[in-house]
Amino acid sequence: MSSVSRTTTTALGVQRDGGMTFKQRRQLRNLVRYAILTVLIVFALFPVLWIVSASFNPLQSMASQSLIPNVSDPALLFKNYTDLLGNPDRYPFFRWLLNSTLVASVTAIGIVMITAPAAYAFSRFNFKGRRNLLLFMLLVQVFPNLLAMVSIFLMLQQLGVYIPFIGFNTPGGLILVYIGGAMGTNIWLMKGFFDSIPRELDEAALVDGATILQTYIRIILPAARPILIVIGVLSFVGIFNEFVLARVLLRDKESWTLMVGLYVNFVSSNFANQWGLFAAGAVIGMLPTLIVYLVLQDQIASGTTAGAVKG
Amino acid sequence: MTTGTLTQRPVGTPAIPGVVTLIIRYIGLMIVDAFALWLIFSLINDGIWELAVAIAAITLLVNVINLRPQLKPLRWMSPAFALLALGVIYPIVYTVYVAFTNYGDGHLLTKVQAVQLLERRTYVPETGVRYSWEAFLNEAGEYALWLTDRDGNAFFVIGQGELQPVSGEIPETYQGFRRATRAERTRLLTVAASQQFGPEDNRLSVTRDFVAVLAPRYRYDPSTDTITDLQTGTVFVGNDTIGFFIDKAAYEAALAANPDARPNDFIMRIEGFPAGVGYRTVIGFANFDRFFNSPALRGPLISIFLWTVVFAFSSVATTFALGLLVALLMQGKFVGRRFFRTMLIVPYAIPALISVVTWRGMFQPQFGVFSQIIPGLPNVFADGTLTRIAILIVNLWLGYPYFMLICSGALAAIPADLYEAAQVDGANQFQAFRFITMPLLLVSIGPLLISSFTFNFNNYTLIAAFNDGNPVIADSPIPAGQTDILISYTYRVAFSGQGGADFGFASAISIVIFVIVGTVTIMQMGLTRRWEEVSRNV
Repeated sequence: MSSVSRTTTTALGVQRDGGMTFKQRRQLRNLVRYAILTVLIVFALFPVLWIVSASFNPLQSMASQSLIPNVSDPALLFKNYTDLLGNPDRYPFFRWLLNSTLVASVTAIGIVMITAPAAYAFSRFNFKGRRNLLLFMLLVQVFPNLLAMVSIFLMLQQLGVYIPFIGFNTPGGLILVYIGGAMGTNIWLMKGFFDSIPRELDEAALVDGATILQTYIRIILPAARPILIVIGVLSFVGIFNEFVLARVLLRDKESWTLMVGLYVNFVSSNFANQWGLFAAGAVIGMLPTLIVYLVLQDQIASGTTAGAVKG
Repeated sequence: MTTGTLTQRPVGTPAIPGVVTLIIRYIGLMIVDAFALWLIFSLINDGIWELAVAIAAITLLVNVINLRPQLKPLRWMSPAFALLALGVIYPIVYTVYVAFTNYGDGHLLTKVQAVQLLERRTYVPETGVRYSWEAFLNEAGEYALWLTDRDGNAFFVIGQGELQPVSGEIPETYQGFRRATRAERTRLLTVAASQQFGPEDNRLSVTRDFVAVLAPRYRYDPSTDTITDLQTGTVFVGNDTIGFFIDKAAYEAALAANPDARPNDFIMRIEGFPAGVGYRTVIGFANFDRFFNSPALRGPLISIFLWTVVFAFSSVATTFALGLLVALLMQGKFVGRRFFRTMLIVPYAIPALISVVTWRGMFQPQFGVFSQIIPGLPNVFADGTLTRIAILIVNLWLGYPYFMLICSGALAAIPADLYEAAQVDGANQFQAFRFITMPLLLVSIGPLLISSFTFNFNNYTLIAAFNDGNPVIADSPIPAGQTDILISYTYRVAFSGQGGADFGFASAISIVIFVIVGTVTIMQMGLTRRWEEVSRNV
């Protein structure tokens, strides 16, 4: 491609004759670009730096914080972290972390295990009512289940009387609601990917005498492994960070997830004085998501744009 | 066969499923069914028929799918269906139902449960068996009683165990218990209310002078829907309009004297339930009537509704604008492109709750970083307008990376020759943007703008974590805040505890949100277009 046609592919890059040379214009444009992007980066990163800095401020209160932690004794640098992690009675932080990890892992695994066969059937079988079922799944997702939080709360209270492990205030109940709520979207997402796996693959296996189940397990699942992992990981992160339903459905300190614990314990009361503790918890709590997003940013970008371009 | 291409088996392979598969399937179904039946009967027994019907329907669905050969492809989806039904569809349907009931504090029980509660109440009848008694005590501090009736028959009873016939003089020690002193005997009386003796069908009440067998105080007659107080003889009748049992005779007498007499003035009250034993019942459109017509609620509700719409709309507009700007700036090749993109995605990669609370800290009035940097910055959280502006800034931070990603992809998909043609026609940069980029962009990401609108319409996390919807709206009958959106107001009504939980009213608000979200989605997204798009993909 020539340099002219490359610049014309950009929306702002349509050329017009001005007083400047091509090179000067490009330099000016780059200057403007870098200036704006730098301002934006400050906007984007400042809160993050601020909370990281707060987590290393040994005095815990917001009043004493400066952007560069003022620490004479390096041993005090991690005081918030040791205070937060060393008081399991006051702040059962590990418990919350464990709850979040447990709920998010089981949900992610459950979503993949339950949606994959459904998506496979939608992708490969041609049966009566298939289209209407797919449309129905799409329609249902118009109403996210947090809108029904009142009735979900009541339902789990009622169910919990008879089946304690999926009742109100249990991780089981929360997982049930999460898996159910994500079903429609994930089936669509996964079906789209299964559609892109060549049918010749499974037809060849069937001709060789494999059953449909064998084809699914030995051919389709291995071929779909990348998307299964992405959907699993994104579900994990999404559930790990979920706040609304977890707050509605978990009552006791011991059963809170990390997000609920951080909010109720440090924000609801005495916020400014527990700032350092919250910051330490926040830094730990944001790590899994941050890592996943930065590692998977290309997949996430292409995933979101795929939806955009199709829509 | 309605099943598809893959079920047309190649010649020579068995068309009948293996015996093992069949057995596994039948045993699996039997276990599911047995469990479901037990659950359904338990639910019906407590009068929770809504959930019982739902579980029955889901179980039936799973059975039909797994037993009818025509529905074979659906077998792959039966767990997904069951969970979708339980986690999404039933809650939506149940929300509709609850919106028409008085479910909430004071009306938490079903009628069946309310009757069960009353039937467990006991009293000491005038006639009946009475015993004189002596107290016994063991090492663990547990009490036992030595009872003697009028005919001289003696019994020994430990806690809530059976009455054991005994004979002879009252011993000093018996079965590991020693006879209690006078003081200990008196102490037993002070805790007698919580100390019940004897088995459930023969409960004993301990008083200073005697021990009596308790009798059930209330008897329910389902055919007339009446509760009879056996101690006083009063008859109460269930009033399903208000969800209480009311004094039948008194109400009828009052009604005869004054046709406007209200049943609420004759509610049956018992010990521990000063407001009466309420049960939940269908009350028609009362909750919706309250939502739309209550003069006291109207002011706060209008303000909340308007702010919800303004908030959702402004959030989409600002995040889209900034996201598009960044996407445009990121076009083409330049040094550090990947670095900038990675850094600019960071807000998207942090849990929303943590981000919002961090911003809350930065806006904190005394020590927050903004009040230190900007001298004279007023307390943002004390002023409704300032809080709203701050919320939009925070949401801009939270939301622009999403649109940055989306717009980058959508821009890349616009064919380059369109711009070349525009250039040939003499269009300037702005015109190219205005007449080529924007229309194509809006077509491709329009649905995502709508879904972003509905997401923000229900962005509870932001509102709750930033300032709990505060500052408060003065003199609102149900506590409400100036930055509350409908969903956070729903949360307050249902769960905040101030003014009591009102699930019926909260569900009615949810329905209103359902209708708004549904209408917006269906209308603006142009469902027909989406249908077509979908049907092409199917």
